[in-house]
Amino acid sequence: MAEETSSPDSGLSLDEVRHMAALARIGMTDADLEKFRTELSSILAHFDVLARIDTTDVEPTANGADLLNVTAPDRARPSLSDSDVFANAPAQEGSLFRVKAVLE
Amino acid sequence: MPRDPRPGDGEGKGEGAGASQIDPYPTLAGGAAGLREGRFSATQLAQAALARIAAVDDEIKAFITVMEEDALAAAAAADRSLANGDAGPLTGIPVAIKDLIAIKGVRTTCASRMLEQYVAVEDAFVIRQLRQAGAVLVGKTNLDEFAMGSSTEHSAFFPTANPWDVERVPGGSSGGSAAAVAAGEAIVSLGSDTGGSIRQPGAFCGVVGMKPTYGRVSRYGLVAFASSLDQIGPFARTVQDAATLLQVVAGHDPADSISADLPVPDFAADLDKGLDGLTVAAPREYFGKDGSTEPERMQPDVAQAVESALETLTGLGATIDRDASLPTSADALPVYYVIAPSEASANLARYDGVTYGYSYQEGDSMWEDMEKTRQHGFGDEVKRRIMLGTYALSAGYYDAYYLKAQKVRTLIRREFAQLFQRAQLIVTPTAPTVAFKLGAVTDPYEMYLNDIFTIPVNIAGLPAISIPCGFGRDGLPVGLQLIANSWDEQTLFRAAYAYQQATDWHTKHPQL
Repeated sequence: MAEETSSPDSGLSLDEVRHMAALARIGMTDADLEKFRTELSSILAHFDVLARIDTTDVEPTANGADLLNVTAPDRARPSLSDSDVFANAPAQEGSLFRVKAVLE
Repeated sequence: MPRDPRPGDGEGKGEGAGASQIDPYPTLAGGAAGLREGRFSATQLAQAALARIAAVDDEIKAFITVMEEDALAAAAAADRSLANGDAGPLTGIPVAIKDLIAIKGVRTTCASRMLEQYVAVEDAFVIRQLRQAGAVLVGKTNLDEFAMGSSTEHSAFFPTANPWDVERVPGGSSGGSAAAVAAGEAIVSLGSDTGGSIRQPGAFCGVVGMKPTYGRVSRYGLVAFASSLDQIGPFARTVQDAATLLQVVAGHDPADSISADLPVPDFAADLDKGLDGLTVAAPREYFGKDGSTEPERMQPDVAQAVESALETLTGLGATIDRDASLPTSADALPVYYVIAPSEASANLARYDGVTYGYSYQEGDSMWEDMEKTRQHGFGDEVKRRIMLGTYALSAGYYDAYYLKAQKVRTLIRREFAQLFQRAQLIVTPTAPTVAFKLGAVTDPYEMYLNDIFTIPVNIAGLPAISIPCGFGRDGLPVGLQLIANSWDEQTLFRAAYAYQQATDWHTKHPQL
C-alpha cells in the first residue's frame, strides 16, 4: 500500500492511524489501516461541534457521581489464592505469569 | 463459538400438577405469589424457563451460556427455603444475566473472542445479592462485544434476534437480556447501560429497562467499559418487577469506589401515588416540534406513540412542560464518543494475553504476541473505540477532545439540574426508531445515532427508565423514556407505574 500521508476525504493520515494502532498495541494489516483511517476520519468529523461550544470558565466533570477521592483504609487483607489468580493464565511458571523476554 | 448444548427437550417440560399453573410470560410478582401459595414449585418454574429456552432460543439466540444444572440446583434450594418459610424476595425466580457480569465458575465471555474461555473466579456484587435473595440464575445473555454497540450484532459469536420479528435486531448492547425477558426465557434479567444499553433494547423488545443513578449499584464484577458511565440495571415485564429487582441489587459496596454510601429507599414505596402534582418536562430538542432541532432519524410512528403517551400522562394528572429545553444535550453524542472510547481504551489495555483471556504465543517477541493477541481477540467495533480513545487521549489532542468533552459534560449536567428545579421528571422517546433489520445499519456513526436520547442521561449520571408505550410500524414496540433527578428512582417508578396501570402495552407478547 502506498505511503500516502493524508487523503482528501479526511483529517487522518495512514501514519496517524499506524501510530494509534502502535500506541494501542493492536496489530493491523495494511487493509485494516486503510479501513480504520476511513471510518475513524468520518467519525471524528462529527466531533468538530465540540470546538464550537463555549466552555470558558467551565470546570471539567469526571463522572456522574459527586464523589471525589474515595479512599479505603490501607490494610492488609486476604487476596485471591494462587489457584484463582492463575486459573485463566495462558502461561505460568511457579507463581508467575510467563511471557517472552522483554529485554534482549 | 459452539453454543452450549440446549437444555434437553424431555427433561425441561416442567411436568407435574403445578406446571400448568405457570403463565407462559410470568411476572416476578406473579411467580413469587404462585410459589408462596404453593401453586407450583421453584423447580417447576425453573424447568418452565429452561423448556422455553429449549423451545425458542435456537431462533432468538439470547443466551451464550445456559446454566441448566446450576439453575435446577438453585431451584431445589429455593423449594427448601419456601418449605422452611425463609424465602427471600427473589426466591425461585429465574433471572438471566448479561454476559459481562461475573458468575463464579461460569464463563464470562463479554461476547468477545478475547474472553471466550474465561471462567470467572468470583461472583459480582450483584450476583451475591441475587443469590442471597434466592434467585435462580438461568444463564448468561448475548451482547455487543464488551457492550460496545446498539444492536447486539457486534457479538463475536452470533447476533440475537428480536422476539417481535426475528429478522430484526433486539437493540443493544444488552440485547440478549432484553430478548430473553421479551421471549419468556427468563422472568427478569440484568443488563448494563453505558449510553442506553438497557433502555434502547428495552424499547426495541417491548419490555421495561431501567438504568439507576450512577453509583446506585456496585459494578464490582462487571467487566469495565467506560467507568464514568457504566451502570447495572434491571429488565422486567412490569415496572414493579423492575423495582423489586433493583431493590435486591442496589446498595453500597466499598469494592466499587463510586458506589454511593447512601441508604437504599423502598423503590416501590410511591408506586400507587399517581401523577397528580407532578410536572413532566418534554424538552423540545427531543421531540422535533420545530424544524431546526428535529432529532436525527426520528420516525413519525415513534413520535406519534410518544405523543399519545404524553396525552395519557396529562390525563393522569401530570403537567407536561413543553417549553423545557436542554440545548447542550443535542451535542451529547460527540461528548459520549470522546469520553466512552477514551475510558474504554484505558480499561481494555488489560487484555494483553498475559494474565487471562485469549493469548497469541507464536510471535518472535512479547510485543508481537501482545499485538497479535489484540488483533485477533478484539472485533472491529472494539478496535474502533480503542483507536478513537487512544487518539482523543494522545498528546496534542487531549485538550481538544477529552478535556473539552469533560467540560461540556459539566454544561449538560447543569442544564439537567436547572430543569429539575421546575420539573420532577423529563420525558423523551427512548430511541428515534423502532427495531431495524439485522444488517441494515452498516455505518458506525449511523449506529451511534440510536442512542441520541439515552446518552445525555449517562453523561449526567441520572436514573431513567424505558417503558413500552405502543407499537409503531410493522407492529414493533416503541419505548417511552422517563428521566428523574439523581437518587430519585422512586419518582421514576411511581410515574412509570401510573402510566403502565393506565395502559395495557405490558400485557402484549410476541408470537413465537
